[in-house]
Amino acid sequence: MLLSVKDLKIQYKTRTGIVHAVDGISFDVPEGKVVGIVGESGCGKTTAVRSLLRVMPPVASYAGGEIKFDGSDILKLSEREMNDLRWRDIAYIPQSAMNALDPVWRVGNQIIEVLTKRGGMKKAAAKLRAEELFAMVGLEKKRLRDYPHQFSGGMRQRASIALALALSPRLAIADEPVTALDVIIQRQVLDTFSRLQREFGLSVVLVTHDISVVAYVCDYVVVMYAGKIVEKGPVKDVLTSPSHAYTIGLYNAFPELSADEERELSPIEGGPPLLLNPPEGCRFRERCPFAQEICKQEPVEVQVGPEHFSLCHRAHEAAEMREQARDPAVWRGVVTA
Amino acid sequence: MHDEILLDVKNLSKSFILSRSLGDVINGRHPQVDAVNDINFTLKRGETIGVVGESGCGKTTLGRMLLKLIEPTSGSIDFGGEDISTLDRTDELAFRRRAQLVFQNPFDALNPHFTIRRSIYEPLVNTQVPEEQHDQLVADALVRVQMDRMLHLLDSYPHQLSGGQLQRVVLARALVLKPDFIVADEPVSMLDVSVRAGILNVLREVRDTMGLAAVFISHDLALVRYVCERTITMYMGSVVEDGPTKDVINRPLHPYTRALVQAVPVPNVIQSHEPLALTGNLPDARNPPPGCRFSDRCPLAEDICRQSRPPLRTVEQNRRVACFKVPEMTAGTA
Repeated sequence: MLLSVKDLKIQYKTRTGIVHAVDGISFDVPEGKVVGIVGESGCGKTTAVRSLLRVMPPVASYAGGEIKFDGSDILKLSEREMNDLRWRDIAYIPQSAMNALDPVWRVGNQIIEVLTKRGGMKKAAAKLRAEELFAMVGLEKKRLRDYPHQFSGGMRQRASIALALALSPRLAIADEPVTALDVIIQRQVLDTFSRLQREFGLSVVLVTHDISVVAYVCDYVVVMYAGKIVEKGPVKDVLTSPSHAYTIGLYNAFPELSADEERELSPIEGGPPLLLNPPEGCRFRERCPFAQEICKQEPVEVQVGPEHFSLCHRAHEAAEMREQARDPAVWRGVVTA
Repeated sequence: MHDEILLDVKNLSKSFILSRSLGDVINGRHPQVDAVNDINFTLKRGETIGVVGESGCGKTTLGRMLLKLIEPTSGSIDFGGEDISTLDRTDELAFRRRAQLVFQNPFDALNPHFTIRRSIYEPLVNTQVPEEQHDQLVADALVRVQMDRMLHLLDSYPHQLSGGQLQRVVLARALVLKPDFIVADEPVSMLDVSVRAGILNVLREVRDTMGLAAVFISHDLALVRYVCERTITMYMGSVVEDGPTKDVINRPLHPYTRALVQAVPVPNVIQSHEPLALTGNLPDARNPPPGCRFSDRCPLAEDICRQSRPPLRTVEQNRRVACFKVPEMTAGTA
């Protein structure tokens, strides 16, 4: 296992109290696989993946758990050892490619700088490597001489992928890499990830709120809700038989091109709970049309398939829930605030 | 049911003059970008039309011109039989009352110093609606956007609301004047998938119950399909395809529309991974390719496509397309 996260907890200390942004999550990233993390804004996805690199705001702290990368616990490394690991072994691809590149430097020089300063390469070799990287992400090498503003949004995103992969990391962490892009460019960027995975055995942790993106590129998916993992497993299993009410809800809220014309979308009413004082029991309870008395108790993870887990008291009734959830009326009026 | 033409757009164009570099001055060049290029279409009362295309294709510029927020370079827009570029002050006020905009980013669209209540009342005040009608109009608008159960939010400030709630407020503000026409510019692109559905449902219901004509701008055909009866595809400032949404999606005629349909990912593991029938990036808008502007990315392009620009012609009933490769009247398939 390339990356293994166990019972990771992260807290934010705020004036009003402690926010449990990530509350005991465990997941694995196998070598050469793409793992998607999905969830609404504010569910802790970004906090979780940034913690993998140990880049967090000063108010955040680790409150337990371990992160094992290739066998060694990241949380026990010294800052110096950690710095060696960053970029070289674990790279970060930010959401907003607009801000990831320095506007006053030619894109090529930004890549060459990394290769010479961090990679210890000679300038000439670095130049060749930069051309190779551009080819890898599908950009022409003559564009290395351009400034970021001369690139379109998708090209900038691909340039920032090239920059992140400059030192041939084994794991890339991409935080909403396609959210700001339109469908055609999104498709091109996602195809770039698939190709890098296939040809170079790159492992990727991909954060997104869009399950269709997960369906397109990921091998495994982790569904987060309010700081916890509510469902995880191989993409095929989770999407064909979602076994947590939240995942089922996400699926029904999604407009599909091929779906029945008149099918009405069902929004999940309300919003995620504040993590300052998370509700007892299942955190999705208040928005869940299937909530019962038992849901006031803390749910435990149940195995519903070979590698497929769900944090739902009613996971064993998932087939029925899926059936009922198709009726938009089920989702209406659940939240009565 | 709706046959009366509300909006008639004729030969509409907009060019933006770019600043000249020293080289441009020396060589006597006047660089400009043709953001919108000779667009013609009509919108009937109560009709919703989706405008799709990549970023930079001119769809936002078009939307803003329709609302008289920017002036066209040439061409005309008739709204309810009147040319909106020649309205006097009183007529313009009446136009503003009838045509409204829904913004893309609800986090930026509301004044952070105003309470939600004030933001929704503001258009009524600005367009001089008699005060005794205000409360009723606001109450109606809140019902339309399904916020009538959230009245306690009216005295909050924007930062206290979630994205989905804010977008409902933005919608309520646009609907409070009971307009005949709205332009919604990517109204859900900033929202989470789970709340997106709620806003789309509101838009759909408003379409059905208010008889509102709408232009819905998006890059995502799946969204357009959900709310619009008709779809226009734009590429580099021009309309390349126009037709009933169902036909445009199920049987796209223009190769660019085909690529757009193909690019929409589906939340389903069994999906086509065949490569996009489209190469390269959007060309530089300052130097568009000669002939068909899509010719340099088009898998079907032939010599004629690189030499002359295909006109937008009617090929089937209610369907127009600008492509040489689409045969005349695809016989009887309509």
